[in-house]
Amino acid sequence: MTTSAARRKLLSSLFVAFCGSAVLIALLPLALILFFVISQGIFALNLEFFTRMPQPVGEPGGGMANAIVGTLILVGLAALMSVPIGVVSGIYMSEYSGTRMASALRFAADTLNGVPSIVIGVFAYGVAVLPFKQFSALAGGFALGVMMIPIVARTTEELLLLVPGSLREGALALGATRARAVFSVVLPAALPGIVTGVVLALARIAGETAPLLFTAFNNRFFTTRLTQPISSLTVQVFTYAISPYEDWHRQAWAGALVLVLIVLLCSLAARFATRRLERMHARA
Amino acid sequence: MGKGRSGDFGFRLSTGAFASLLLLIVGAIAFVLIEDAWLSIQKFGLSFWRTQVWDPVSGDFGALPFIWGTLYSSVLALMIATPIAIGIAVFISELSPAWLRQPLVFLTELLAAIPSIVYGLWGIFVLVPAVRWAESGLPSIIRQLPFFSGPPLGLGMLSAALVLAIMVIPFTSSIAREVLKSVPAAQREGAYALGATRFEAIRAALFYARTGIIGGVMLGFGRALGETMAVTMVIGNNPRISLSLFAPQYTMAAVIANEFTEAADELYLSALVEIGLVLFIITLFVNSLSRLLIWSMARTSGAAPSDAQPEAEPVAA
Repeated sequence: MTTSAARRKLLSSLFVAFCGSAVLIALLPLALILFFVISQGIFALNLEFFTRMPQPVGEPGGGMANAIVGTLILVGLAALMSVPIGVVSGIYMSEYSGTRMASALRFAADTLNGVPSIVIGVFAYGVAVLPFKQFSALAGGFALGVMMIPIVARTTEELLLLVPGSLREGALALGATRARAVFSVVLPAALPGIVTGVVLALARIAGETAPLLFTAFNNRFFTTRLTQPISSLTVQVFTYAISPYEDWHRQAWAGALVLVLIVLLCSLAARFATRRLERMHARA
Repeated sequence: MGKGRSGDFGFRLSTGAFASLLLLIVGAIAFVLIEDAWLSIQKFGLSFWRTQVWDPVSGDFGALPFIWGTLYSSVLALMIATPIAIGIAVFISELSPAWLRQPLVFLTELLAAIPSIVYGLWGIFVLVPAVRWAESGLPSIIRQLPFFSGPPLGLGMLSAALVLAIMVIPFTSSIAREVLKSVPAAQREGAYALGATRFEAIRAALFYARTGIIGGVMLGFGRALGETMAVTMVIGNNPRISLSLFAPQYTMAAVIANEFTEAADELYLSALVEIGLVLFIITLFVNSLSRLLIWSMARTSGAAPSDAQPEAEPVAA
């Protein structure tokens, strides 16, 4: 009896120890990744990295100015495409929540969210590269936009559903049409949260590589022409990482550091913002 | 009243029409993939999925090695990731002191936010050398086993499975955490009242939440199947079927990433698109199943709304 109780207690403590070590096991790679990205990247990360063009092999120095601008352009294009479609889909899903169309939209958004990014790339190639026989910034932006739509749609829906029903009902009771109630009352109430969600989605999308490999392709030169191939931070890091040159490896680490910083800062900002939002909602 | 209704109808129609672009895109993905893969589908039929030759020069394409590599790496990753992910979920939702909970959630979710390419870069320069070192340190008796045969290159299945496991953990653990939260407090209280130890009470909760947890594991599986950059950079890219963890192998996503821009002729490109099509279908199936499981879990425990649950600190048994 006592031995069995002792065994049960031992088993229980072992289990607790296992769960604790699981957390440590998962945090170890996170710490290692952050350590290496920061310690390796910091040396190559200077003003030149942001302002200079890539140097040919053998010439040290240089930067990724073209890739940074390229990423900004691609992400901008993705936002232009995904924010309107995503937000309106989100509005529909929350306003007409019980309808069949809303369920279909939800299913489509979740499906799209689960499609591997490389497959999105193949799709974008078929739609936006093949017909024009030309890799382009537009094709890359399209691929990223497709990936972003479901995130924006689901975030918008979730945040609109958080808005107290009394706000909407109040607007309707005052004689507002549904459109008026949505655009003047409900949407503004949820706007800070939606903006946060969009920023998070942008940060995530800026780190995508696979959908750009054969849509935006890459470009050694500086360009802002949307119909031309364009470089991006991620594809540039990939190219440098699998190259045999030390100089390029250093640049790759610096690029990775920039990518991680983008994600980290956006996540922290979003966390801070949602905290404030939650407090506001709690007070309301 | 009538005017208001018709205004509402117009609003619903216009937003609905715009939102249906979302449906259109999903349909277009399926259509475009099938259309562009058609040449290969017609030429090879089912033999595409049974044969192992991948020879762009002679125009012979068989995708079996890629399917094998994708499934093998993902299953290995799940075997590593699932216990850890569940352990994390249990720790955060049941054991952790309240002040530690939010920071831990943030950190594990950060793991999901790090770009795939950064995992790949770290994989090439840190993980692969470490794996090579560990592989060559194995005693030769163990190296006789089929799982550890071949030269210790570092680049190969083991590195890919490890990277995938790290990347999948946050997905599975966040779902497991959510479903554990939805287990009614009465479950645990009942177990404790019967004299259960902490482990026994949590085991009961895990059993109650099993459907949802399996859904979370499936979600991780779907992510692992489609993961591209990190795997491409560490798996060694060799289309050869092998049980060995040391062997360089290849995945469906990796072959598309590596060869798509080099595919000069139409048949080659079409074969690559067909691999993409199948990847699309497999992930669609796995993700739908996962969502179904999580959803059915949410529904069965829907009777007890999750915010009604007190933040019960279980009394130590």
